[in-house]
Amino acid sequence: MGVEQKLGNMGFVTTTLEEVVNWSRTRALWPLLSGLACCAIEMMAAEGAHYDMSRFGMELMRPSPRQSDLLIVAGRVSQKMAPVMRRLYDQMPDPKWVIAMGDCASCGGVFNNYAVVSGVDELMPVDVYIAGCPPRPEALVHGIITLYDKIKQEKIKGRA
Amino acid sequence: MTQLEEVAVDQIKHLVSERAVQGETMLLNMGPQHPSTHGVLRLLLELDGETIVNCIPDIGYLHTGIEKNMESKNYTQVEVMTDRLDYLNTVGNNLAYSMAIEKLVDLDVPYRAQSIRVILAELQRISSHLIWLGTTGLDVAAMSTFLYCFREREAILDILEMVSGQRMMTTYIRPGGVWRDVPVEFEAAVRDFIKTFPRRIDEYEALLTRNPLFLDRTFGIGTISSDVAVNFGVTGPSLRATGVDWDLRKNRPYCGYDQYDFEVPTRSEGDVYARYIVRIDEMRQSLRIVEQALDKMPIGPVRSNNHKYIPPPRSEIGVSMEALIHHFKLWTEGFSTPKGAIYEAVESPRGELGVYIVSDGSPKPYRIHWRTPSFDNLQALPYMAKGLLVADLVAIIGSIDIVLGDVDR
Amino acid sequence: MKPELESIVKTLTKAFKAKSSEFRGDVTVDIAPEMIVDACKMMNDELGFTQLSTMTAIDNGPDETPRFNVLYYFNSMLHNLRLGFLVPVSGEAPTLPTVSGIFRNANWRERELWDMFGIKFEGHPDMRRIFMPTDWDGHPLRKDYSLGYEEPQFTFNYKEIDKRKTYAKE
Repeated sequence: MGVEQKLGNMGFVTTTLEEVVNWSRTRALWPLLSGLACCAIEMMAAEGAHYDMSRFGMELMRPSPRQSDLLIVAGRVSQKMAPVMRRLYDQMPDPKWVIAMGDCASCGGVFNNYAVVSGVDELMPVDVYIAGCPPRPEALVHGIITLYDKIKQEKIKGRA
Repeated sequence: MTQLEEVAVDQIKHLVSERAVQGETMLLNMGPQHPSTHGVLRLLLELDGETIVNCIPDIGYLHTGIEKNMESKNYTQVEVMTDRLDYLNTVGNNLAYSMAIEKLVDLDVPYRAQSIRVILAELQRISSHLIWLGTTGLDVAAMSTFLYCFREREAILDILEMVSGQRMMTTYIRPGGVWRDVPVEFEAAVRDFIKTFPRRIDEYEALLTRNPLFLDRTFGIGTISSDVAVNFGVTGPSLRATGVDWDLRKNRPYCGYDQYDFEVPTRSEGDVYARYIVRIDEMRQSLRIVEQALDKMPIGPVRSNNHKYIPPPRSEIGVSMEALIHHFKLWTEGFSTPKGAIYEAVESPRGELGVYIVSDGSPKPYRIHWRTPSFDNLQALPYMAKGLLVADLVAIIGSIDIVLGDVDR
Repeated sequence: MKPELESIVKTLTKAFKAKSSEFRGDVTVDIAPEMIVDACKMMNDELGFTQLSTMTAIDNGPDETPRFNVLYYFNSMLHNLRLGFLVPVSGEAPTLPTVSGIFRNANWRERELWDMFGIKFEGHPDMRRIFMPTDWDGHPLRKDYSLGYEEPQFTFNYKEIDKRKTYAKE
């Protein structure tokens, strides 16, 4: 007969503040519509009806960086596009997370030349890397679940 | 690298009208990250209120240096990079490259492989037009077509995955034929698709073709006449919508297209609505071709047996010295091609996709140039958009069907 | 060679004192740089080649003359034929007259040649870089421009590359 049981009968739940904050942050992440190349097509397929991203609350891809909190870099980042991606990242309000989707965003991919930036982690800190060329929509969903696990472990003190 | 360069009015003074320099008209940036530009395309608009006075496209945000990268790989490794050019027509890119290599080294292709190539190329054309329909519908605010089209596309991607193991970047069509024979379930899956798809196209047409809202947004918008279109280098459905009957599958048949009975749809108005009708009709004709190719597919080998260029089968390597030597040469150095330069083109869903290879006798290409259709189609955009509203510009960009991987290479 | 193509090639070789060559069915005519505008005008107005399909250049190396061979490839929908011109260009700052007044899609194609090879076109309305950023140094598709190849990170050199590689921390 502990406190939890007694409170549970009365309709109360005990938890920590961190857990509640992290839980609410994972439940509806809004991604920014930043599809660059081939991986964007697989991202759109993941958004379709077969592999539904709407069950994560993500069917709405916000076009404006001010209203989103997840940046999925899907596709290769060229030299001309690199400062634009950095500016989009800067315009997003805190808390924000970055997923590098595909081989080109993680490490430069098939292209090892003057025109492609070798991995978007040269421009911004990345939370989850998803491998594949292009990764299947199920791999993208797995990456999002991995991001949830990462968010659930965040501490309030450490972030500030 | 992380400093964004600001383009002042002085740098583009020669492109905009006088009124922009004086401040009468507004310069608006429709930036690389935009929901309606179908990729990373930047447009500088000079607006007088809501009317467009000048539209200046700025490309290069997806430049990958593919042409230079291909000069440092041998011919087999180059094919892997060809998928990533026009990423909605990956089978077509492989087909163009394989046909160019076959022309260069004078290689034969067995009939069964040609039928399989035609089936996959036409399925890829249907899949590309479905994505076009979904995203263009999304631009003119028809969201349900987006979800339906992606559902159809899953059926086609299942067929591609069954055949090659990959959904998009298949690299299945290789010089000399195709990589390996199709599995047993292929025919049943394609026939199932042929049975269910025509009703679906009727559903999409019922949603859009006579819808007064759709007609208001697309009829009479973005017209271009046929001489101007030919002068701009426009090819593909955008050209056929202006009245010019030019299709490489009929005029310069390849891969056995002359044995199939199909029509090439054309319209004469040259506006957004005409391009929509042409592409919907093309999907139906592609289905006809797939059915005929499946019926006429002969039994036989699927790859040429000229082992100077094609790897010998695994079973032969243990018993034949020649097969072992060929295998060794192909895996270490790659095959060499005769000296010279050729050009070969196929009809992609966007127009004429051509590849120009200059060979100097070594196993690596000396220079490869890709004639991509979206590069020339996009140049007609400022001409089509003059004097229209910004909302019409969105519909026009959707209708020319550009893929930025094609434009920027 | 098809008979119509032969007669067209004969007209061109007579008018511009050019040579023609054929390989696997593709015909190219060598034209001198001064005569390219007249040749393109003749192709568009009289000979029925109304579409400029593509324009590109081939770099023969910094020690060869001519340094570049610029290819103009034409498409004729009337006769269903294809023909190419090869124009030799050389020098430290190679230039050619522009054909963007005759074929409108030469506009971006010539900008691409300036960006990738460094060939300037006189009379072009808008000579700027098209693929690379405006302050980029060098012309990438030349043979003496390095590929920009970065060493891949395997387990045996993981730590060394990790030290030199730039990561963004925030």
